[in-house]
Amino acid sequence: MLDLKNIKKNYRMGVIDVEVLRGIDLSFESGETVSIVGPSGSGKSTLMNIIGCLDVPTEGTYFLDGHNVADMNENQLADIRNSKVGFVFQTYNLLPRISALSNVELPLIYGDRKNLRERSMLALEKVGLTHRYAHKPTELSGGEQQRVGIARALVKNPSILLADEPTGNLDSKSSKEIMDIIKNLNKESGITVILVTHDLSVAKQAERIVSIRDGKIVN
Amino acid sequence: MIYLEIIKVAFISLSANKLRSILALLGIVIGVTAVISLMAIGKGTQERITSRIQELGTNLLFIKAGATTIGGFTGQAGSSSSLTFKDAKALKDPLFAPSVIEVAPEITIRSQLVFGRKNTNVTIMGVTPQHLSVRNLEIDSGMFISSPHIETYSEVIVLGSQVSEDLFGFQDPIGEHIRVNGKRFYVIGVLKSQGGSAWTSNDGRAFIPLTTAFFRMQKQKVSGGNINVETINVQTKDLEVLDDAINEVSTILRLRHQIGNDDEDDFNITSQEQTIETLRETTNTFVVFLGAIAGISLIVGGIGIMNIMLVSVTERTKEIGIRKAMGAKKKDILFQFISEATVLSFGGGFLGVVLGYLVSNGLNGQAILGQESFQTVFSLEVAILSLAVSAAIGLFFGIYPAARAAKLHPIEALRFD
Repeated sequence: MLDLKNIKKNYRMGVIDVEVLRGIDLSFESGETVSIVGPSGSGKSTLMNIIGCLDVPTEGTYFLDGHNVADMNENQLADIRNSKVGFVFQTYNLLPRISALSNVELPLIYGDRKNLRERSMLALEKVGLTHRYAHKPTELSGGEQQRVGIARALVKNPSILLADEPTGNLDSKSSKEIMDIIKNLNKESGITVILVTHDLSVAKQAERIVSIRDGKIVN
Repeated sequence: MIYLEIIKVAFISLSANKLRSILALLGIVIGVTAVISLMAIGKGTQERITSRIQELGTNLLFIKAGATTIGGFTGQAGSSSSLTFKDAKALKDPLFAPSVIEVAPEITIRSQLVFGRKNTNVTIMGVTPQHLSVRNLEIDSGMFISSPHIETYSEVIVLGSQVSEDLFGFQDPIGEHIRVNGKRFYVIGVLKSQGGSAWTSNDGRAFIPLTTAFFRMQKQKVSGGNINVETINVQTKDLEVLDDAINEVSTILRLRHQIGNDDEDDFNITSQEQTIETLRETTNTFVVFLGAIAGISLIVGGIGIMNIMLVSVTERTKEIGIRKAMGAKKKDILFQFISEATVLSFGGGFLGVVLGYLVSNGLNGQAILGQESFQTVFSLEVAILSLAVSAAIGLFFGIYPAARAAKLHPIEALRFD
């Protein structure tokens, strides 16, 4: 379903080109849970940005549900992000001034707006937060905020859930809750889960671990 | 995103920083308030002046003697002695001048009036009985100049209300004698006060028979037994026949003055309408000038909004990143920030219109400087125009900050703290 071939990414730092990804070949099956691990500076964030269609590779092809993302323009990428990818961030990245429900609605207002409210409530139900829908992020605990983040990622029923250190800012109890929610979602709806982490205990909960070092896969 | 949603989002983010939003819109509020109240004062003044003149009658023509030309220098209109009392009489001709209903010739002299130990310097008009009706004057007490006074060159005088007050205070002036250039004049009447500014009012004038003025008050005398007059006031049937009347009057005068077909008139005809039109043009310039000054403050307000929007974009870089990660396109972000700027400036414009309305209504009839009270006219067109302009200013000054927001790369924006 996801197929990355010979992905290279260079960044220009002043006058020198830095090769961050040096030819990555990677594919994901539908419904899989995969962890991407690696030390900081290994290029795993860059890889995640490319998988999440926030960025395009310098070289190589990336097929997502049959479309070559590497050739897409900004608007097409925005559409893919909107409909096929759900992001979960380490720092939650919720908008602080609006309610939990409005945060969950966010991906919907940039696409198909049908039954906006119902679908958002349904997503909050999946993470068990319907009772706190009117609260603003600042009134929620870290674990609750991350659950809102997951609900927001799910609301459009994307094919991939892309979680970047989803438990990085949480205590062990909340971490376990979050990981349980993610695993359950994978089981129930068959969503492909890609976890980027350096926490091995989190990484081990995935079916497959991909190690990345110096822009290459080392398995 | 649909428009309602955009506006809702704009309101939410603007209300998140209430003080800053209010300060940003203050510039526009002040600008619009200034535009509306200054225009209201300008329009009010204009209407006041024109209505004053209209009170004096709009169906009037003024014929002045042509200017004298001595050695290439052209003097003031009325300085030559081409118009006579006979000309005036000839204009009241139902056959050749059917559009004319009344004619009132006049001479003006400046002179000192003395009563007892009091004196005042006034303009004295040498007039005929017709002057009363033609110039819309009203008698307060006594009587106006009548035909026997004209025929006998009587030394009688009718005082304007201000003149009467200056010389007699609360005493009744009728029957008293006053001295005009050393000659004794018998006061036969006092006019009602017309109010208004000095240059249109008759309150500060005095009236004597035309013949008396010509034969007894002036040094330079007869030209072939004619009585020279400076101005002939001609009252026409109504406004519609004004142009006909001008033609009739000039035909008669050209014939009487034996002016050849190719020669120019030795007289000038102006109408009250022309006077009003000239005044309106002058005051229009003044109104537009006031509006332009106020308009500058609107632009300053727009720059204030742009400033705030730039700060807001920088501050909300992370939000922009999140929205982009969730699938917002360039145009979504662009619309969002432009609409915020527009909501801000339109809101400011709306407040400005309300405030401008209150200010111009509050000023109406209020005496602030001197005795003359303000007259203001709130104009709906100006209000709508300033609303539209302030919305346009938000749009214009919002484009640059919004474009900066829309251009942000999602990854860099997400990393921003």
